[in-house]
Amino acid sequence: MGATKFSLILFGLAQTLKIQARRYPAFAERLKEKNFTAQMRTKDGKAGRYFTFKDGKVISRKGLHPNPEVDLIFKDAKTAVGLLMPPIDQLKQINAIKDFNLALEGPDELTNWFTQTVMKSQTAGWKYGIDMGGGVTRYTNMTNGGPVFLYVKDGKILRMTPITFTEDDPEPWTIEAHGKKFTPPRKTSLAPHGMNWKSMVYSPDRLLYPMKRVDFDPNGERNPQNRGISGYERISWDEAFDIVANEIKRAKRVHGPGSIANSHGSHHTWGNVGYYLSANFRFVNAIGMTRVHHNPDSWEGWYWGASHHWGGSLRVGQSETYGGVEDCLQNSEMVVFWSSNPEGTSGSYGSYEGAIRRKWLKELGIKVVHIDPYYNDTAQFLGGKWLAPRPTTSPALALAIAYVWIDEDLYDKDYVEKRTHGFDKWRDYVMGKEDGVPKTPEWAAEETGVPAKDIRALAREWGTKRTYLGAGGWGNGHGGACRNATGIQWARTMVCLVAMQGLGKPGVSMGNLQWGTPVDTNFYFPGYAEGGMSGDLHHTAMSVELYQRMPQLPSMNTNDQLIPRLQLPEAIMNDKAEGYVWNGVSIEAQFNKISYPKPGFSPVRMLYKYGGSIIGTMSNSNRHVKMYQSKNLEFVVNQSIWFEGEAKFADVILPACTNFERPDISEWAALGGYAHHGQTQLNHRVIVFQHEVIKPMGESKSDYEIFNGICKRLGLSAYFSEGMTELDWVKRVFEASDLPKIISWKKFLRKGYVVLPAEKEELRAPVSWRWFYEGRKKDVPEPMPLPSDYTEEYLMGLQTQSGKLEFECESLKRFDAEDPERPPIVKYTPSWEGHRSEGVADKYPLQLITPHPRFSFHTQGDAKDSFINNIEEHRILVDGYYYWVIRMNPADAAARGITNRSLVNVHNDRAGVICAARLTERIRPGTVHGYESCANYDPLGEPGNSIDRGGCLNLLTPNRSQLKKGHSMAAAAALVEIVPWNGKDTAIGGGAKAGASAKKTGKSKVAVAAE
Amino acid sequence: MKKWNLIVDVDNCTNCNGCVLACHDEHFENDFPGYAAPMPKHGHSWIDIRQKVRGTSPVVDVAYLPVMCQHCDEAPCIAAAKNGAASKRADGIVIIDPAKAKGQKELIDSCPYGAIWWNEELQVPQHWIFDAHLLDAGWTEPRAQQSCATGAIRAVKVEDAEMLRIAEEEGLKHLNPELGTKPRVWYANLDRYTSCFIAGSIETEAKGIVDCVEGARIVLKRGGEQVQETVSDNYGDFKFDGLAEDGASYKVEISHDRLGSKSLDVKLKDSVYLGAISL
Repeated sequence: MGATKFSLILFGLAQTLKIQARRYPAFAERLKEKNFTAQMRTKDGKAGRYFTFKDGKVISRKGLHPNPEVDLIFKDAKTAVGLLMPPIDQLKQINAIKDFNLALEGPDELTNWFTQTVMKSQTAGWKYGIDMGGGVTRYTNMTNGGPVFLYVKDGKILRMTPITFTEDDPEPWTIEAHGKKFTPPRKTSLAPHGMNWKSMVYSPDRLLYPMKRVDFDPNGERNPQNRGISGYERISWDEAFDIVANEIKRAKRVHGPGSIANSHGSHHTWGNVGYYLSANFRFVNAIGMTRVHHNPDSWEGWYWGASHHWGGSLRVGQSETYGGVEDCLQNSEMVVFWSSNPEGTSGSYGSYEGAIRRKWLKELGIKVVHIDPYYNDTAQFLGGKWLAPRPTTSPALALAIAYVWIDEDLYDKDYVEKRTHGFDKWRDYVMGKEDGVPKTPEWAAEETGVPAKDIRALAREWGTKRTYLGAGGWGNGHGGACRNATGIQWARTMVCLVAMQGLGKPGVSMGNLQWGTPVDTNFYFPGYAEGGMSGDLHHTAMSVELYQRMPQLPSMNTNDQLIPRLQLPEAIMNDKAEGYVWNGVSIEAQFNKISYPKPGFSPVRMLYKYGGSIIGTMSNSNRHVKMYQSKNLEFVVNQSIWFEGEAKFADVILPACTNFERPDISEWAALGGYAHHGQTQLNHRVIVFQHEVIKPMGESKSDYEIFNGICKRLGLSAYFSEGMTELDWVKRVFEASDLPKIISWKKFLRKGYVVLPAEKEELRAPVSWRWFYEGRKKDVPEPMPLPSDYTEEYLMGLQTQSGKLEFECESLKRFDAEDPERPPIVKYTPSWEGHRSEGVADKYPLQLITPHPRFSFHTQGDAKDSFINNIEEHRILVDGYYYWVIRMNPADAAARGITNRSLVNVHNDRAGVICAARLTERIRPGTVHGYESCANYDPLGEPGNSIDRGGCLNLLTPNRSQLKKGHSMAAAAALVEIVPWNGKDTAIGGGAKAGASAKKTGKSKVAVAAE
Repeated sequence: MKKWNLIVDVDNCTNCNGCVLACHDEHFENDFPGYAAPMPKHGHSWIDIRQKVRGTSPVVDVAYLPVMCQHCDEAPCIAAAKNGAASKRADGIVIIDPAKAKGQKELIDSCPYGAIWWNEELQVPQHWIFDAHLLDAGWTEPRAQQSCATGAIRAVKVEDAEMLRIAEEEGLKHLNPELGTKPRVWYANLDRYTSCFIAGSIETEAKGIVDCVEGARIVLKRGGEQVQETVSDNYGDFKFDGLAEDGASYKVEISHDRLGSKSLDVKLKDSVYLGAISL
């Protein structure tokens, strides 16, 4: 019976291939690609059918072929029928593969083509997009800055817009506060780096062909010293794939496990299949690569510091994020934005969704205060009091606020008594009992430059008004001051301050209206951190939910050697590095040390680099330039969309296409994992089918196709792709989500997007921390901390040992109670690169801050001849070149003979960067401001040893970790000097005069710190 | 006859550049014959966001002013254009026809708002066309409005009388009304950009401790006449806003029940922060 059904199914498949070829020209074209015979049969050979592809024709016969190139073998007919009979059960398929009930034999090039062709026969008839008339089709896609409609004609993108909802889309939520009703507009917003994409897709810097460095010969001279100097020649994909596959084999053969490293950026183009945590991780695991282990770059102070006070390790030291918008608007009387510029950073992925909510804050007349050395975009929008501390001194300001509260009895003593632990110890430090230094406003004024009277006034108001503390871009962390040398201290003091005021009391919490909207938090759609098709349960959040919903072959990196990312150059150049891990599973996981190389593993000799952002985003990054010229790197391949940054330092460049040139599926701001329910940044949950709106530019390919191409040469393509195209994977994500409950696949493909209905008012997620304030079990919809991390009953209390907010951290006492950099109670230690740094601050008296850029998304959207270059707050055009902007107070500029829009050399011992000066009262005197994340590294002389005019301010920033027993970047602040640039000097230093004085004084402490 | 008007709220513009980039997206490499020729990749800002920083650190504020073609009813460009290259549509929108306007560089100087741009490559003057091509195709709003997250830009199609009523009700103003160009672009909270302020911080010292003085009464006088009055906040801060940048002399009179009084003279050309004033 099984045999008959099997025969029928195979006959049906043969007919399908022929029919689809007749109906769809693209499918007919595909059938012309190969001439060979594939066979599907039972293991005993008693049933089967073969398919001969010849010049686009399919000839199929029942029975066995004497010599098929491809053989797809089922254990028996019953198994085959179970797997092939629609509806296809993905779990059955995976289990059949795991149990060896299904085998695929033949050369990868043909097996992969055959299985993908069979899959394509099912998808060939799918219709996408909305016909707008006049030959225009409207598609959808998703950017890091929000969802978009794309109007496409004749294969070219005409326009991109945010999405305006129609009457078919659901109504949004309404919040009532102080007798007013607030409802967000029925549309999506779009960040500048989203609105800019047309110029990025068609950028002249797109990589259109595979390329090889002209003086790189894999079989001869490799000339690593010329990376970044010598040019490139176009090669074919076959040649590129061959070189990369051969180098992978060679590295393993010659050096052994560990010798290949993978390094990717912290972000990517959006999607669940194409994301780096998805296809890239499956590929990396299939090859076995040393992981360049990331530091928690956006969370530093929160992960290494705050988590010890309030837990939240699975949010990287941040906390719950629910219900904050409603609570803040209804119950708070003041919001303190502390190193918090959500108008500038858009919540990373939240576009301008939060702007309208902060406008309501303005409409309600709720007071706001901004603490930031720069009068930032949020201050500009909301107005209010501006306090401008010196960079890195905010912890001192926080201590003085606590001092006033204790001194004047302005904190919630009952709460501190019942809900916190170890307050007395910290109180003694704050009041000076421990060290003889009372942390008075006058003490803090010396340190911060903020008048004592203002500190006192703020403390008094804060101590008597129900206040939300918006710390960092997300309001409870992320970006800002947590990324400088005192970032750990700062994040810790932020938690201590809200703990004193009764965190969880109505109107008292952390937040800045960026997170915590009343959207539906029960509808499931995976976030990118859930790993998509990676099969990786170890390094993604797949185990939380996606793995059960989207059965797939697991993947595991057999090579568990790690390189701490901040020391990647040292690891490569010196074969040695140490650090600590970023692992959110528990508070204590961060105490695990990394030593590189790992015993028995080879040091890295080949680098598989994904993208080119490091020079603009890491610290003291001339180190990376030098790394690329090291002989220890025998081969560097870079897979990149644009020819920029360190892509220019590779031996072979693989051109990847953008997310507009491949299919994918995703939800706006759905991060998952460490940023669970990131959608609460939004006013509407929007899920889109990411149409392949245009064909890949030039010969570029999707990341999936590139990885699969390499896998084909390593016999891994069936494992990597599971025989599918990326479009098939997209459908698997759809089916894994709750989407099929509310929309058909067909409709989703056409319309392209779904707006989820707002949650019913009575079903909205509870307000964060209220359960804790009221002494109840945790009731917010987040699956963290893990069950074993509760001290008392499950869901009672926090992740800390005491289950309380800990002023004195038991985890730090257990780990190293004597660590001067991170004592159990938070203390203020001035920055090792701040205004008090002896011998350095006199030579480099300006404190540079490098916050996240406003208009580009890190390096994405910058340079590349994009529209964003026209924005004068981003780059300034001088003599035909778009220079990075450095903001200076007019007084500092006048003292140096610097005029508005003139070119200047921003320098210290580490580097020199040419910028255009923008003189503004928005920056406090003594501090200068320029964004991090320049995409363009443009050395004026020898790479690594000359000044850069691209604008990579991260060349100037310290690479020292915030703490030795951690792995924590401190790159958001540095000491520099700025002088006019004469247009000629190319050497690092402030020109001839400054160069001479640098020689005389020798190595400064900045340089020492760098080592 | 209903006509288009654009209302720009200076108070809600954050310089996000959404409208600027949307304009660029719409026109770069896109030709809309009869409406607009393609916009160059660089050098043009058909929507131009100007920035004004008032005061000195740490008492500053910043306002942004999006300036685009004002679609004037008495448009100088229409008067200056040859062969009807610039014209007024029945719905109020001004269009500089790219074919007819070819070579008419003088139109650039005709616009007192600096809102016409010269396309060197195509030899045509260009401007923000209110997305007339989209409105004609059935769009209900220009892209500048669609892309604005804070609602700072709003297009309304109403009778002129109704627009005057809205302007009255919402306190809308024209940019440089003295030019008599009768723009169809209106601004809310324009004072944030065009006026200046006098601010200061009042403090007092007792037992060696300096503290902010809340609740001091501050009166602003011009030519002996009181023009504004305010009370200092908990930081001792006070601010008189909406003053003309005309170089006039003012007297700032500060008084406090317990701490006495003080008076300062200010000559106002630009916003001024008087710094800490001790009582």
